[in-house]
Amino acid sequence: MMKSSFNPVAIRQGDRLALSRALSAVENDMPASREILEALFPHAGKAHLVGITGATGTGKSTLVNQVAKTLRMPNTGELPRIAIIAVDPTSPFTGGALLGDRIRMNDLSGDQGIFIRSMASRGALGGLAHNTAAFTTVLDAAGFDLILIETVGAGQAEVEIAELAHTVIVVEAPGLGDDIQAIKAGILEIADILVVNKSDRPGAENTALALQSMLSLADGNQRSQVSGKHMRQSLSKKSPENAPAMPGWKIPVLQVTATQGDGVVGLIEKIHDHKEYLLSSGLWQVKEANRLRRDLEAIIKDLLVQKWERKVDSKQFETALSEVTQRALTPLKAAESLVN
Amino acid sequence: MTERKIRVLIAKPGLDGHDRGAKVIARALRDSGMEVIYTGLRQTPEMIAEAALQEDVDVVGLSILSGAHNALVPSVLKKMHEYGLKDVKVFVGGIVPKEDIPNLLSQGVYAVYGPGTDTRHVIEDINQAVNP
Repeated sequence: MMKSSFNPVAIRQGDRLALSRALSAVENDMPASREILEALFPHAGKAHLVGITGATGTGKSTLVNQVAKTLRMPNTGELPRIAIIAVDPTSPFTGGALLGDRIRMNDLSGDQGIFIRSMASRGALGGLAHNTAAFTTVLDAAGFDLILIETVGAGQAEVEIAELAHTVIVVEAPGLGDDIQAIKAGILEIADILVVNKSDRPGAENTALALQSMLSLADGNQRSQVSGKHMRQSLSKKSPENAPAMPGWKIPVLQVTATQGDGVVGLIEKIHDHKEYLLSSGLWQVKEANRLRRDLEAIIKDLLVQKWERKVDSKQFETALSEVTQRALTPLKAAESLVN
Repeated sequence: MTERKIRVLIAKPGLDGHDRGAKVIARALRDSGMEVIYTGLRQTPEMIAEAALQEDVDVVGLSILSGAHNALVPSVLKKMHEYGLKDVKVFVGGIVPKEDIPNLLSQGVYAVYGPGTDTRHVIEDINQAVNP
């Protein structure tokens, strides 16, 4: 449903309705989406993208609420404009979704410097939705200084946020697992900052200690190089240089009680520190370049497939398929003959 | 191509704390393939209009059991108009005396549902309202 025509100038001047409708066009891959992204892309690239991920029920939304609320408290200096993208899962059975992250963010209502948008994952499996990255382009160009991206409740393998965000916060809570969980591969490896939320509960200290000792098992530059490289290779095989090691950044483990706001100021300091670290070490540019490289590669693949689909004769395809189903031809050989 | 999903905001304005009805509706709409944003209890009209704006919903469902519908519904509608959300459809569910329903409908609410309403009926009406 096209409700109003798209206006890039209005979006950049802070028109919230224009922004909201542009996001819908982008989310739904509507024809206007391309026009929107073409117009806004040159104006993006300034915002700090911060990912918040972790298992279901660890308190990610409550933490996002507190971080945004604290950052918007009147003090000295200019307050950052904050956008929040909250991703929740789509049902694989019905295609529907219940997006409930806003329930924890009622404190932020009425603040014109904050914009919250819920997003259904719509079948994407990496913890984000297909168009979450495009959302950040629009919000970035709309002038938000900080974009907080809350992933779906992520288990061990939903690590896509590491490709999108500059800074990744992994949220844990007491009682979710022992020290063996802490040395498994996956989500903990993408953390720039580790938070043990619900630290007013028993066992929080132990969880923090387990995480700390996990980090100390491979400390120093070696740790970040080794784990960084392995992780990135599995994400993007073609670009091993994607693995910016983080010499000089010590991953902090912070105890926070988001419902009370305890520890939130310390977390905000670390978010700032990490940004400073990325900028001063040159890693900010490296991350940007890597992200755009992946975008570019993905688009090239899409275009090549489209080009191929226009060229290939469906009869030829069906013939090859029937040979494959009779096991007279391997899928690889059939594909080669169809592509060349 | 992605078809555009219907997005619905389910909100509870006012002070009553009974949200079972709202949750039943939210769940039923989710199961019918819609994307449902649920904002929780005790929302002001301004909070509801703001959420509807940011989420770019097609439909807003207001759950009211407090009896304050004659005050709350007009203020929500007024705020939504102020924010430019003139094309967003609004329905009301909860405890609304029969004699109050025509008044709500005349203000632009497209349906009012009482206890025992079949959720399939609500879903059909939403589809009708969004894609007439």
